Amino acid sequence: MTEGETESPGPEKCGPYISSVTSRSVNLMIRGVVLFSIGVFLALVLNLLQIQRNVTLFPPDVIASIFSSAWWVPPCCGTASAVIGLLYPCIDKHLGEPHKFKREWSSVMRCVAVFVGINHASAKVDFDNNIQLSLTLAALSIGLWWTFDRSRSGFGLGVGIAFLATLVTQLLVYNGVYQYTSPDFLYVRSWLPCIFFAGGITMGNIGRQLALYECKVIAEKSHQE
Amino acid sequence: MTLTERLREKISRAFYNHGLLCASYPIPIILFTGLCILACCYPLLKLPLPGTGPVEFTTPMKDYLPPPVDSDHKQGEPNDQPEWYVGAPVAYIQQIFVKSLVSPWPKNLLAVDVFRSPLSRAFQLVEEIRNHVLRDSSGTRSLEDVCLQVTDLLPGLKKLRNLLPEHGCLLLSPGNFWQNDRERFHTDPDIIGTIHQHEPKTLQTSATLKDLLFGVPGKYSGVSLYTRKRMVSYTITLVFQRYHAKFLGSLRARLMLLHPSPNCSLRAESLVHVHFKEEIGIAELIPLVTTYIILFAYIYFSTRKIDMVKSKWGLALAAVVTVLSSLLMSVGLCTLFGLTPTLNGGEIFPYLVVVIGLENVLVLTKSVVSTPVDLEVKLRIAQGLSSESWSIMKNMATELGIILIGYFTLVPAIQEFCLFAVVGLVSDFFLQMLFFTTVLSIDIRRMELADLNKRLPPEACLPPAKPVGRPARHERQLAVRPSMPHTITLQPSSFRNLRLPKRLRVVYFLARTRLAQRLIMAGTVVWIGILVYTDPAGLRTYLTAQVTEQSPLGEGALAPMPVPSGVLPASHPDPAFSIFPPDTPKPAENQTSTGEPSGPMGPAEGVHDSPVPEVTWGPEDEELWRKLSFRHWPTLFSYYNITLAKRYISLLPVIPVTLRLNPREALEGRHPQDGRSAWPPQGPGPARSGLWETNPKGPGGAQAHGDVTLYKVGALGLAAGIVLVLLLLCLYRVFCPRNYGQPGGPGRRKRGELPCDDYGYAPPETEIVPLVLRGHLMDIECLASDGMLLVSCCLAGHVCVWDAQTGDCLTRIPQPGRQRQDSGVGSVFEAQESWERLSDGGKGGPEESGDSPPLRYRPQGPPPPSLFGDQPDLTCLIDTNFSAQLRLQPPEPAQPEPRHRGGCGRARESLGYDFSRLVQRVYQEEGLAPVHSPALRPPSPGPVLLPAPEEEGGLPPEKGSPSLIWAPSADGSIWSLELQGNLIVVGRSSGRLEVWDAIEGVLRCSSEEVSSGITALVFLDKRIVAARLNGSLDFFSLETHTALSPLQFRGTPGRGSAPTSPVYSSSDTVACHLTHTVPCAHQKPITALKAAAGRLVTGSQDHTLRVFRLEDSCCLFTLQGHSGAITTVYIDQTMVLASGGQDGAICLWDVLTGSRVSHMFAHRGDVTSLTCTTSCVISSGLDDLISIWDRSTGIKLYSIQQDLGCGASLGVISDNLLVTGGQGCVSFWDLNYGDLLQTVYLGKNSEAQPARQILVLDNAAIVCNFGSELSLVYVPSVLEKLD
Repeated sequence: MTEGETESPGPEKCGPYISSVTSRSVNLMIRGVVLFSIGVFLALVLNLLQIQRNVTLFPPDVIASIFSSAWWVPPCCGTASAVIGLLYPCIDKHLGEPHKFKREWSSVMRCVAVFVGINHASAKVDFDNNIQLSLTLAALSIGLWWTFDRSRSGFGLGVGIAFLATLVTQLLVYNGVYQYTSPDFLYVRSWLPCIFFAGGITMGNIGRQLALYECKVIAEKSHQE
Repeated sequence: MTLTERLREKISRAFYNHGLLCASYPIPIILFTGLCILACCYPLLKLPLPGTGPVEFTTPMKDYLPPPVDSDHKQGEPNDQPEWYVGAPVAYIQQIFVKSLVSPWPKNLLAVDVFRSPLSRAFQLVEEIRNHVLRDSSGTRSLEDVCLQVTDLLPGLKKLRNLLPEHGCLLLSPGNFWQNDRERFHTDPDIIGTIHQHEPKTLQTSATLKDLLFGVPGKYSGVSLYTRKRMVSYTITLVFQRYHAKFLGSLRARLMLLHPSPNCSLRAESLVHVHFKEEIGIAELIPLVTTYIILFAYIYFSTRKIDMVKSKWGLALAAVVTVLSSLLMSVGLCTLFGLTPTLNGGEIFPYLVVVIGLENVLVLTKSVVSTPVDLEVKLRIAQGLSSESWSIMKNMATELGIILIGYFTLVPAIQEFCLFAVVGLVSDFFLQMLFFTTVLSIDIRRMELADLNKRLPPEACLPPAKPVGRPARHERQLAVRPSMPHTITLQPSSFRNLRLPKRLRVVYFLARTRLAQRLIMAGTVVWIGILVYTDPAGLRTYLTAQVTEQSPLGEGALAPMPVPSGVLPASHPDPAFSIFPPDTPKPAENQTSTGEPSGPMGPAEGVHDSPVPEVTWGPEDEELWRKLSFRHWPTLFSYYNITLAKRYISLLPVIPVTLRLNPREALEGRHPQDGRSAWPPQGPGPARSGLWETNPKGPGGAQAHGDVTLYKVGALGLAAGIVLVLLLLCLYRVFCPRNYGQPGGPGRRKRGELPCDDYGYAPPETEIVPLVLRGHLMDIECLASDGMLLVSCCLAGHVCVWDAQTGDCLTRIPQPGRQRQDSGVGSVFEAQESWERLSDGGKGGPEESGDSPPLRYRPQGPPPPSLFGDQPDLTCLIDTNFSAQLRLQPPEPAQPEPRHRGGCGRARESLGYDFSRLVQRVYQEEGLAPVHSPALRPPSPGPVLLPAPEEEGGLPPEKGSPSLIWAPSADGSIWSLELQGNLIVVGRSSGRLEVWDAIEGVLRCSSEEVSSGITALVFLDKRIVAARLNGSLDFFSLETHTALSPLQFRGTPGRGSAPTSPVYSSSDTVACHLTHTVPCAHQKPITALKAAAGRLVTGSQDHTLRVFRLEDSCCLFTLQGHSGAITTVYIDQTMVLASGGQDGAICLWDVLTGSRVSHMFAHRGDVTSLTCTTSCVISSGLDDLISIWDRSTGIKLYSIQQDLGCGASLGVISDNLLVTGGQGCVSFWDLNYGDLLQTVYLGKNSEAQPARQILVLDNAAIVCNFGSELSLVYVPSVLEKLD
C-alpha cells in the first residue's frame, strides 16, 4: 500500500500544486493515475494473499511470487479501478445527488481496510463449504456498502460491476486464459462476485474522495475569481 | 411520546449525568480506569508470547508408536499431549554424533592434523551406514527402504546442488562438502576454505550450510586452526521417513560396536518431537504490512480531525490508547473465561481496530468542543456527551448487530473474531465513557485556563478572579502572578539572547528532550531483552547440567574430568589411574588404535599421555541439536520444498561414536601442502602443550562452567548497565535541573508558558542594563526616529529629542499651552528649572529625573495658591481645556476608537490644566500685560535650548499668520509625530501642523488652516501629508531657504534654498505650504496613513483604503474588502500593500492594479499593527498574538503569544530577525523558522513593565517604550550574526 498511500493523501497536502493545475482534464488524469496505481497495488497484494496458502516457508523467489500471476492481471485491475473510481463521481454528478455520507479520508481508509479484510477472510479462513463462504462474503460486502456508501447509485453500480467482472472472468476461463485451482461455480469461485462488488464500492469511495477534492479546488478558484 | 423518544431522553439524561461525574472527579476516574485495564489485561500474562519458536514434546523411546492420525481418545481424559501431536511426523531424524581425537599428540603434528584425519573418517562412517542392512524374519531392509527419499532441490539453490543430496536418502555429513568423495577430500589443500566457502558474510539467524552438514553449531565442531581441545565433533544426520525400531536398533548397535564410546552415559531413552509453528514469510508479510499501513493511515486521518483542543496530540494519543487497551482488555477477558485465542493476533489486530474504530472518540470530541465556550467545563462535557448519546448508542447497537450476524456464520475463525470484537466493542465503550471523556475534560479545562489567562481584560486591575472550584493544580499560571501589583501587565516575559551556536542548540535540544537518557533507557531494556530472549537454550542447558550434576548418574558422567592430572602434570609421577575410572582409557585405546596398543607404554609416556583431553560424553551432548538455530530443520527441509510449518519432526536419540586416531594416521592423512602452509608446527613443545594442558577441564566441564561464567558476566554487565544508567541519570539531574534556563525570579513565568518556538526551544535569558531615557512625565504616546535622532512625545505634550546613539536628551519641547502660562508668571523659574532638567536628562541619570517632577512644579506651585487660593491644585493630568475639547469633541463620541487609539483619546483629554484664564484674570487684576519677551530669558542657560517657545511669538507676524493661532487654548495635544533629518513634524489635535528643529528645539513653521485634528502624518522627502479626523487629507510641501548671511539669526527668514539636502541647517528657514487638499478623502476619520514608492495609502474607519499618488495627490484606487474600520496599513517599495482592520482580517493588495491578493482572518479582535518583510507578513492583534504569514500564499506560518499589553510591540530588525516586547524584556525571533533566539531582560525584574512599543533604529538599537520611559537596547551582535 506504500505506493497508494503516498499518492492518495498527496493531493490534500500539496494544495498549491494541484490548484495550479487549471484544466479539468489534467485533474482528471491525475485522479486516473492515482486510482490506477492504487488498483495495481491492491491487485498485487491481494493476489499474493490468494496464492499464499501454497507458498512454502522461505521460497527463494519471494519477489517472483508477487508477480506470479499473469502480467496482464494487475494492469487490468488498475484500469478497471481507474474506470470505476472515475465513474462513481461522474454518475453522482449526473444523477444530481452528490454523495454526502462520510466524506473523509479516515472513512475511506477504513473502507480499504475492510476490503482487504474481506479478501483476507476469503483466502485464509477455513470454511466448511463454499456456499457458506459465499454467503458470508456476500453479507460482508453488503455490510461494507451499508457502512461506507449507502447510496443507491453506488449499490447499483457495484452490482453491475460485479456482474460484468464475473462475466468477463467466466469468458476468460472458458477460453482457457485463466484457470482456478478449485472451481465450484461454473468453473469459477463462487465468491468472486462478492469480491468484485466490494472492490467496486471501495474504488468508488476512493474516487469520490479524490473528486471531492477537485470540486473543492474548483470551488475555491471560482470563488477567488 | 414514543418509546424511542423516551429511550432517547433517558439515554441523554444518563450521559449528561455521567459527563458531570467525569468532569468533576477526573483523577479518581482515570485511576479507576487504569486499574480496570490492568486487571483485565492480567490474564494476558499467561499467554505465550507471540513468536514462531518451535515447541517440544518428549516421549519415551520404549514402545514408541507414531500417534494416531485422528486422536479421538483425547476427549475426556486429560492428557498432557499437545494438540499438534497427531499423526506421523514429517520425518525422524537420527544424528550420529562423532567425536574424534588424535591421541597421543606428538609435538611434530600440525594444527591441520587436528581435524584432517578425523574428518576423513566421516567417509568411512557414511559408507558403513549406507551399507547397513537389517536381516530378519520379515526380510532384508536397507537404509534406502526407511529413509526419507528426497527429490530435487528447489530451483533457486543451484549453488548447493553438489553439496546436498538429491534423488535419494537425505543423509548429511561433512563429507558432503567433497561430494562424499574421499579422493576429493584428500586432494583438497584447504579444508577450512572449502568448509567456509558458503558461509554468509553477514550475520544470519538461519542455519548455514556448515551447520547443516556438520549438524553441530560451528563453535562446537572443533574444525579450526586455533582449537585447544584438539577434538573434532560432527554429526552424520540421517532422516527417516518411517520409524522402524528394529532397523534403528540394529544400526545403533552396529555403530556402537564398531566405534564404542567409553564412559558414555547417554541414556537414549526419549524421543523429542519438535513442532514448528507457521512462520511468517516475506510473502505473507506483504499483505500484513499493507493492512498495518492502512491502519496507520486510518488513525492518522482520524486523529487529524481532532481540533480546537489544547493538546491535539495528547488527545490523539488518548484516542489510540483507548482503542488499544480496549483490545487488550477484550483478549484478556476472553482468556479469563477460558477462550484461548487461536487466531494469529497480529493478523486480525488491524481489522479489530478498524471495526472498533476511532469514530466515537472523534464524535465526542467534536460535540464537546462545539458547546458554548462560556459554560463551565463540567456542563460542557455533560452537554457534549448528552447531545451525542443517541448516535453513539445507535452506532454501537448497529455494530453489535452486525457482529452478531457474523457470529452466526458458524465459521470458527469468524466466530472467534466476532467474539473478540464484541468484547472489544464493549470495553471500548467503557473506556470511551470513562477514560477518554475524563481526559477530554482535563484538556478542555486546560484550554479554558489558558484562554482565560490570555483574555484577561487589561482594565481588570484587581488580581484575576479565579474560577471557583477548579483544582488547584491547574492554577499554576495564575499562581505566578497575584503578588504583582499590576495584573494588567501580566507575567514578566522572557528575553532572549542572540542566536546561539548550532551545536549549543543541539545540546539544548538533547537536554530538553532528555534524548540521551531515554536512549540509554531504551537501550538497556533492549539489551536485557536480548539477553533473556536469545539465550533460552543456554539457560536450559545450564539448568539441566546443574540438575544432572546433582544426580548420581550425572556425577558419573562428569567424574572423568582430568582435573588433578591436568593441574599437576609433572609432579604427579603416578599414572592417574586411581583417579580415572579404571576402565576409562583402556577399552578406548584397545578398540580404536590399530597399531599401537597403549599397554606397552612406559610410565613416562603415560605421564605425557595423561593430560590429553579425554573424549567424554555428557548429558549436554545428548541434546546438542538444541544449540542449533531453531531454523535448522525448517531450513533443511525447505531446501527440498517440504514445509515444517504446523507440523512436527521427531528427533531420535543420538548415536555416539568415538574415534580415536593415533598420530600415524593423522600423518598419513596429511595433504602435502599442509606442511608448507603458513601454520607453524606446534611451537616449542612445552610451551604449546603447556598452554593446552593448562586447560584442564574436560569438554563437558568446560561447557558447563562456560555457561556459568557467561551468566555471571551477563549479570555483572546488567548490574553495570543499571549502575551506569543511574549514574547518568544523577549526572543529568545535577547538570540539567528541570528548571534550567529559567532565571530564578519568582515573577517570571515558567518555562512552559514562555513564548517558545515550535521546537519548544527556549534559550537562556540574559539580563542587560539598557540605556534608560527618562524625562517624560506621562506615558509616551508617539515615537519617531530617523536613525540618528529619536523623538518621543508623551501624553503631557512634551516632545523630547534624544540622540539615538548615546541616549542624551538633546532638546525638549514642552507643551505650548503650559509654556504659555509659565511664560506669563514664572518664566524665569521655568527656564531656569528646565535647563537644570535638561542637563540632568541629558546625562540620563535616573535618580535626578526621578524627582524632577516635584522640582519642576515647585517653582510654579507657590504662586498659584497665593494668587488663586480658591483654585484646586491641578496637575497636568486633568484636562480642563474645555475650549479645545469643545472644538474637537463633535466627531469623537460617534467614533468607536480602536484600542490602540485609546491612548490618543486619553491624550486629548489630558491636555493639562489651562491656566490661561486664571492668568488673564491675574493680569487684569494686577494690571499687568502678558509679556512675551526674550529679555526674560535667563542669559546663562545657553541660547540654543529653551527659547523656542518664546520665539514663536516672533515668527507668526513675519509669516503673516494671525497671532491668535498661538493662543494657548488652541494648541492641542500631539497626535502624530514624524522626524526626518533634523526636522520634526508634529500633528496636533487642534489641527495644527508644526515643524520643529530637532536640534535646537525651534519651531520652524506651522500651519493651521484646518481645525480638525491630525491623526496621521507622513513626512517623505520634502512632502508632508497630514490625515485629519474629518477624513480630509492635506498635502504640504516644505521649502527650505538657506540663510543668506552667517550673521542672520535664527528666526529671521532667509531666502536661499538648499532643496536637495534633507538635513536643514539651523540657519535655514523652512516654509510649509499647503499644496493640495483632498477635502473628503474618507467619510470617517483617517486612522492609518503610509507612503512608499510614490504612493500614499490611507485607511479609514469607513472600512475603505485609498491609494493616492504622491506627486499630484490624485486618488488612484479605493480598496474595499474589510468589514471593519481600518486600523493599520503597510506599504513598501514593492508596491505590496497590507491592511488590517477591526474585523481581525488582513488584506494584501496589489497597488499597481488595486486588486486584492489575499485575505486572511488573522486575529480575534483588531489587528493592531502590521509589517512585512520580503517573505512574510507580521501582524499583531488585540488578542496579543503575533502572527507570521507567508506573503505570497497567505498561509499562516506560526504565531507567537505575547504578554498581555505587549501585543503590538514588535519590530523587524532584518529580514529574518523579529523583536517583540514583553514584560520588562525583549525577545528576538528567527522569522524564518519561528525560533526564539534570545530573551533579554531589561533591568531588574521587580520594575518590569510591559513594552508597549518597539522601534527599531538603524544602528541595531531598539527603543522600547515602557510607559513613561524609554529604553535603548543595543543588539549589535544580532546584526553581525545575521548579516
